[in-house]
Amino acid sequence: MALLQISEPGQSPKPHQRRLAVGIDLGTTHSLVAAVRNGVAECLPDAQGRVLLPSVVRYPQGGGRQIGYDAVPYLQQDAANTIASVKRFMGRGRGDIAAADKLPYALEHGEDLEAHGSAAGMLRIATAQGAKSPVEVSAEILATLRQRAEDSFDDELYGAVITVPAYFDDAQRQATKDAARLAGIDVLRLINEPTAAAIAYGLDNASEGVYAVYDLGGGTFDISILHLAQGVFEVLATGGDSALGGDDYDAALADWVLAQTGTLLANPSDKGAARVAARQCKEALTASETAAFNADLSSASVHFDVKLSDFDAATAPLTARSLAVVRRVLRDARLTPAEIKGVVMVGGATRMPQVQRAVADFFGQQPLTNLNPDEVVALGAAVQANQLAGNAGAEDLLLLDVIPLSLGLETMGGLVERIISRNETIPTAKAQDFTTFKDGQTALAIHVVQGERDLVQDCRSLARFELRGIPPMTAGAARIRVTFTVDADGLLSVNAREQTSGVEARIDVKPSYGLSDEEITRMLQEGFATASEDMRARAVAEARVDAERLLAATASALAADGDLLEPPERANIDLRMRELDSARTGSDAAAIEAAIQALAASTEAFAAERMNRSIHDALAGKRIDTL
Amino acid sequence: MNLQSDDFELFGVARRFTQDRAQLDARWKELQRQAHPDRFASEGAAAQRVAMQWSVRINEAYQRLKDPLARAAYLCELGGAPVRAEDNTSMPTQFLMQQMEWREALDDAHDAQQIDALGLVVKNAERDALAQCAALLDEAHDHAGAAQQVRALMFLARFARSVEQRADQLGQ
Repeated sequence: MALLQISEPGQSPKPHQRRLAVGIDLGTTHSLVAAVRNGVAECLPDAQGRVLLPSVVRYPQGGGRQIGYDAVPYLQQDAANTIASVKRFMGRGRGDIAAADKLPYALEHGEDLEAHGSAAGMLRIATAQGAKSPVEVSAEILATLRQRAEDSFDDELYGAVITVPAYFDDAQRQATKDAARLAGIDVLRLINEPTAAAIAYGLDNASEGVYAVYDLGGGTFDISILHLAQGVFEVLATGGDSALGGDDYDAALADWVLAQTGTLLANPSDKGAARVAARQCKEALTASETAAFNADLSSASVHFDVKLSDFDAATAPLTARSLAVVRRVLRDARLTPAEIKGVVMVGGATRMPQVQRAVADFFGQQPLTNLNPDEVVALGAAVQANQLAGNAGAEDLLLLDVIPLSLGLETMGGLVERIISRNETIPTAKAQDFTTFKDGQTALAIHVVQGERDLVQDCRSLARFELRGIPPMTAGAARIRVTFTVDADGLLSVNAREQTSGVEARIDVKPSYGLSDEEITRMLQEGFATASEDMRARAVAEARVDAERLLAATASALAADGDLLEPPERANIDLRMRELDSARTGSDAAAIEAAIQALAASTEAFAAERMNRSIHDALAGKRIDTL
Repeated sequence: MNLQSDDFELFGVARRFTQDRAQLDARWKELQRQAHPDRFASEGAAAQRVAMQWSVRINEAYQRLKDPLARAAYLCELGGAPVRAEDNTSMPTQFLMQQMEWREALDDAHDAQQIDALGLVVKNAERDALAQCAALLDEAHDHAGAAQQVRALMFLARFARSVEQRADQLGQ
């Protein structure tokens, strides 16, 4: 291990100078932020001492925003402009949302439907302040949590680990990362919620063996099977349903009561009231056999006593859906329920007695509920964030996670050619060779999809790539190697090279449900929860911190491995360092950024060489040890 | 050792078919502990990229080494007798006849017992073919002969998947 500690004193934080790195659970119903303080992960409370932030954002008529508890009362009073459960819309098109008519607000297509067909981009939510992307709404929540963390520690945020459902596809992950970018948060890593829960659980209980994490949140369901041993968290298989959660139990309960009472919902405020009533009734039923459903609707007041057995019956198909997924994932892992040492319950919806009973029956053992199911994900993410930030005394963990859904390409006849299979450990890369169909062809279109089905139409469209600049050759002569890489965040990137000529083909990406860089830039300019007047001052301060960080890192890298450089390279780096050193004293954020980019570019090759040297030394050293 | 090293060099194990799975598992985790991008999260974009290349390479090698069929095919390729399954589909007549009989038996199977019995037959055939591969690669050093066995194993694996799918359909 010692061989790999390539950070030098100038770069690594001094003992008292810890980097503020947090774990954020961006949940459907609630969001949380946690950090490691004095060696222990804890959730950070707001000024009123509350750790949960309701994932609710209101865009009132006339401007401004209300976020969290401030927005909750308006779920009923101003339902059309108060957005809850926005996580379910991340990376989704208008056509993906089932029962959109039951929502109190209107959803719009992200792009012109006529021009773009069914994959008309990520949906937008109509509000009094215009159409909002789910990414913008999520960014408001993230910015609020960022502020909370910075206030708690009176320090700038270094970076965050943000959790996503294991079953999130590429578009949903990318949307989450984009939201963090809008909120000004440096994402150290996206990690899967069940894996984060396993970290918190495994460390607390010093567990070893094979565990299942059953994570039923407000809007998403995940099941992951992990092997825990000596600080290594290896995911064996994962699966889920990104549209199954506590919200669906609320909706099923509301539908049942309304059917029993013969009530109709007339407007957005009725829809909001029915949802709130169902949630309160559901929560009361975790502690008693009957509970009241009370909703004041525009036509009438509904008061109905719901028995637990009625609630069970109305929601049994939902629980059964989750168990069908569990069965499939166990099969993928080639395990039987009896081989599972423990089942960790995560997510507020696992408080429902019928869910606990069903899981206990399936696995033949009582599930583990000793950690707070609302907090466990954020706590695990905080532990990982602390390690990734390189803070002293961090746990020595290794997460080996997997890709939840197979990646493939569209081939002739609308069939899918699988490139990367589900449950492969990430990061991973696969190459595929293509050739041209016509003489002199210089471009090639590639359609990437994600899913397990054989037909393109049954999978999710991720993106369309166009390779351009292929040298003209006779048909079939070109050998274009396209490499698909899934990084440690579970995000896909694609590059292509013509093998015979060595030409790097240019790739134009058209994400099916993503935001373009231009859209994100525009949203950044429009400004977020951080007030716009101090945006500029903040930008300068951030650029200065980045500059100092990079200068220190470069100086220590030169001290350690300067021998790798030829004199002209060294001279160039020295020059860029001096330029950045003088730029950082100024107050022009753009100039500092430009000097940072210039220094980073000049050290790119050097950094790669250093990494190769250190990894090579580490692997070789390990080999000598083990032989 | 570098990114171009073969899987066996990278994992520091002998270049042979017979491998200890527990040792491969342990070695994989040791290597990832050194090279995983998480180790370099605070070291900048260039460091992340290089770490990812190493990490991807280690996962690729592990995928191939732990799967007997992929490992055998890889050894054939290293030994100068690539399997080339896509343009070399000629199999002995007897083998193909056997395959057709099994396919028919699968089509005719209507209960879990019949399907399980067929699954067992295929599993045994796979086991025998793998044992032959081991002998051809590790003792006779006959890579061309082993490549022929690998092609047979690919047929068997495909058939085993069909049996599994059929079992799933019946199970639901």
